Amino acid sequence: MIQGHQTWVFYSKPVILGSAAVGGPFEAKGALAEDFDILHEDIWLGQDSYEKAEKKLLEQACEKAIEKAGLKKEDVQFFLSGDLMNQIISSSFTARTLGIPYLGVFGACSSAMEALALASVIVDSKGADYVLAGASSHNAAVEKQFRYPTEYGSQKPPTAQWTVTGAGAALLGQKGHGPRVTSATIGRVIDMGLSDPFNMGAAMAPAAVDTIEAHFRDMNIDPSYYDVIATGDLGRVGHKIAADLLAEHGLKIPQEIFTDCGILIYKPEQPVIAGGSGCACSATVTYGHFLNQMRKGVLRRILIVATGALLSPLSYQQKESIPCIAHAVSIEI
Amino acid sequence: MSSKKNKKLTPTQQQYQAFAKAREPKRSVFYNCLKAFLVGGVICTIGQGLQWVFMKYFDFNEVTAGNPTVAVLIMISVLLTGFGVYDHIAQWAGAGTAIPVTGFANTIASASIEHRSEGYVLGVGGNMFKLAGSVIAYGVFSAFVVAIIKITIQWLGGM
Repeated sequence: MIQGHQTWVFYSKPVILGSAAVGGPFEAKGALAEDFDILHEDIWLGQDSYEKAEKKLLEQACEKAIEKAGLKKEDVQFFLSGDLMNQIISSSFTARTLGIPYLGVFGACSSAMEALALASVIVDSKGADYVLAGASSHNAAVEKQFRYPTEYGSQKPPTAQWTVTGAGAALLGQKGHGPRVTSATIGRVIDMGLSDPFNMGAAMAPAAVDTIEAHFRDMNIDPSYYDVIATGDLGRVGHKIAADLLAEHGLKIPQEIFTDCGILIYKPEQPVIAGGSGCACSATVTYGHFLNQMRKGVLRRILIVATGALLSPLSYQQKESIPCIAHAVSIEI
Repeated sequence: MSSKKNKKLTPTQQQYQAFAKAREPKRSVFYNCLKAFLVGGVICTIGQGLQWVFMKYFDFNEVTAGNPTVAVLIMISVLLTGFGVYDHIAQWAGAGTAIPVTGFANTIASASIEHRSEGYVLGVGGNMFKLAGSVIAYGVFSAFVVAIIKITIQWLGGM
């Protein structure tokens, strides 16, 4: 099933039997509000900490995805998930609630597609009948861990992004109807020496470009094969850089099919500066918006290139640059 | 740890950084300075007004009115932080809200609110000075150095 250097082709084409997206108040006001299964008015979700609120988001997304697939959680054999919190607590604590055998993954904001790719490998290799893949992030919890207190009055530069409060989950199975995962390209870690955590888009763009190029090289197909090629959370700044960089490298992706989850999720008038980011950005847009579009027949083939910045608050304070990664997953119906 | 010295970028990295920089939106230094000047000025004017009120209606003189004035500004800033308004003003005002005493109050209040979920001792107490700590540490140290210089000059017969 390996094809080329770094791409898995899933011959059995694991089916996404059910998927769910859960969001917070800011996402409810966003451009894709209708594609969320559950939207919360309160960023606390009635919990006493942001971290617990994030766990709640992921629990709800997982439960909803299982429910939509018409299964019970006892039917699901493995749960793969990732998030941005230290020691991926949101995922592990959700796994505690679900009681499903669990593998935690970390690829920063690329975790959603990392989990989906690995889940597809398990299903494709007959390692399980049903595997659940999830990812979550919470705006306030991420700001607290990586940047400043939420109420701290510092001016964010125009390259800064807004972490999505939400969670997404997809349930994969061997048989059934629905969008199918056909291939996945695992990215290399790319570091272009950028170190500004308020400019993640520019830091992650080369990783996205590297993975996109690898995908088309390994698969030996043309970008026009897809109806949509969406990067995870490059935002307006990073997406522009990635598009220009691809053009410079000679890979022409038509402008109308090349988009970014971080640009799509919010309305232009929302004060998100350069766009959305976080694990939940690609997770909610893919498992909500894109899969809905596929089920409606609007889209047939999509490639999601989830990007992640693999920094820690400590590495940033020690003046390390930001290593970045991107994983691409192709979904077809 | 990769220190600053061996942080020499490869030609590819340098080339990419220039490529990316050309595509990043810039902050207008002029407008940011103007906004900071206006907001900072307004805060100082409010402070001046408060000082005048304390001198006119309460029993304070020009020197002693400073303390209650600062106290009132701090309370306003802390309340605005708590109501979730201060960070929105700051996004527009930039240094205008960061430099005066209100900005300092905001750093302490925001850190305290943020870490309330970890309890009063490890959370609020331990993190209150997360941002303000360096201001206090280096502020006190520079005041000490300045005082030493002043005393030395006085001792040498100057001033």
